[in-house]
Amino acid sequence: MSPTDQKLLTVRGLQKSFGANQVLTSVDLTVARGTVLALIGPSGSGKTTVLRCLNGLEIADGGTISIVGADDSRHAPVTIDFAAAHGTRAGVPKKALTNLRDQSAMVFQHYNLFPHKTVLENVMEGPVVVQRRDRAEVEAEALALLERVGLSDKRDSYPFELSGGQQQRVGIVRALALRPTLLLFDEPTSALDPELVGDVLRLIKELAAEGWTMVIVTHELEFAREVATEVAFVDGGTIVEHGDPKEMLRNPKHERTRQFLHRLLFPF
Amino acid sequence: MTDSTWQLLLDSLWPMIHGAITGTIPLALSSFAIGLVLALALALMRLSRRRWLSSIARVYISLVRGTPLLVQLFVIFYGLPSLGVVIDPWPSAIIAFSINVGGYAAEVIRAAILSVPKGQWEAAYMIGMSHRRALTRIILPQAARVSVPPLSNTFISLVKDTSLASLILVTELFREAQQVAAFSGQFMALYLEAALLYWVICLVLSSGQGVLEKRLDRYVAH
Ligand SMILES: Nc1ncnc2c1ncn2[C@@H]1O[C@H](COP(=O)(O)OP(=O)(O)O)[C@@H](O)[C@H]1O
Ligand SMILES: [Mg+2]
Repeated sequence: MSPTDQKLLTVRGLQKSFGANQVLTSVDLTVARGTVLALIGPSGSGKTTVLRCLNGLEIADGGTISIVGADDSRHAPVTIDFAAAHGTRAGVPKKALTNLRDQSAMVFQHYNLFPHKTVLENVMEGPVVVQRRDRAEVEAEALALLERVGLSDKRDSYPFELSGGQQQRVGIVRALALRPTLLLFDEPTSALDPELVGDVLRLIKELAAEGWTMVIVTHELEFAREVATEVAFVDGGTIVEHGDPKEMLRNPKHERTRQFLHRLLFPF
Repeated sequence: MTDSTWQLLLDSLWPMIHGAITGTIPLALSSFAIGLVLALALALMRLSRRRWLSSIARVYISLVRGTPLLVQLFVIFYGLPSLGVVIDPWPSAIIAFSINVGGYAAEVIRAAILSVPKGQWEAAYMIGMSHRRALTRIILPQAARVSVPPLSNTFISLVKDTSLASLILVTELFREAQQVAAFSGQFMALYLEAALLYWVICLVLSSGQGVLEKRLDRYVAH
């Protein structure tokens, strides 16, 4: 599926500081439905912070985030003006923050599965406890999702009994089970042993083919080239260059992008 | 040791066990239960972003840990009546021990909550949980696992400390021993017998702790 014209996510002038450290200077993004956006950039450039702001884990100091996404009983379009909120959690209307969170689901670099819950419980926790959906229906859906990632035999295992690759696939299933409109991935394979990376990337590629809208922070350039429909280069808390992956990764316009890609391709 | 000493030890065994069953153990269990609830509240206050809540908890914990348990017990039982507040021995003991456990266990629980990785909070928020729900469903179960060994130690200390209740006239294991000892003059034999009984109780509790830890072990990575 290719991206449509319909904007799902719009970010304007997003700013975020930690104390005196201004991490996001001004981030602008538009993501159309069906887009797979790869965020690349040096370590410390603010990629994770962008994702965390989108998911409401971090409250931006300025700028706006707007997610149209779905509009149904579980999702409502939301726009938050962070300048008006003075950068505090209390400044953002609670309802708006809830709506923002409900639109997206995040897959973490270190999986962050709940160690005291089984695989199935990890997946069902959000839909059953938070979204109050019917338990039997959620269980059927969770099992189908686990089946599709090849982990139905692990339903009653605890996370520590799984390999990193298996844990990350559960992390992805946990995100999918929330029925978000936007999937956020923060370096989903960077904590994995090299031989386990492929399974996870393949799964994300399948999700892309199904038309999921995704923002993926990644250092896997080959993957970005093949799966992403757009790529954005983040440096110094802003988006320096943004474009078609095949074009931009081969022929970057900005010097900083060029240097970054060169360092990634020729690390020594 | 003479036959009559053996006979005395045998005769006093049941009153002491009875004292343990009706005094020491219920006193320890009820104080521990109440103390844990208090400790959880104090730990959450300590972690609160509201300065005044956290300060109240900090002063409380410091006061409890910085004063002898015996003094706390005496203030409640012998001191409060001069302010017109008269409390019976049993409730006095339970109040004093609960307050004491609250102070010590609060720091244990606070440390356990802080030991849960930040990513667990984030994953809980990510799936849409509120702070309170994240705490109760995701963080506290993991913190509980971490606090079992230190809290077991707190409980075992408490069981031994209940012997202080004999000084405010609560009938428990040690007071039974004191009474027989005073009456017979066989202090050494009877106090050693009491010590042995406390030791047995603590051994049983320690093995119980082992079983509990094993059962909770599946919660953590190896
Ligand atoms: N919670 C935080 N408190 C203070 N500084 C932070 C926090 N989170 C991130 N930072 C800082 O923000 C900068 C960008 O971090 P991050 O968004 O994680 O970058 P990236 O994901 O691109 O490596 C880094 O300098 C980091 O130290
Ligand atoms: Mg990062």
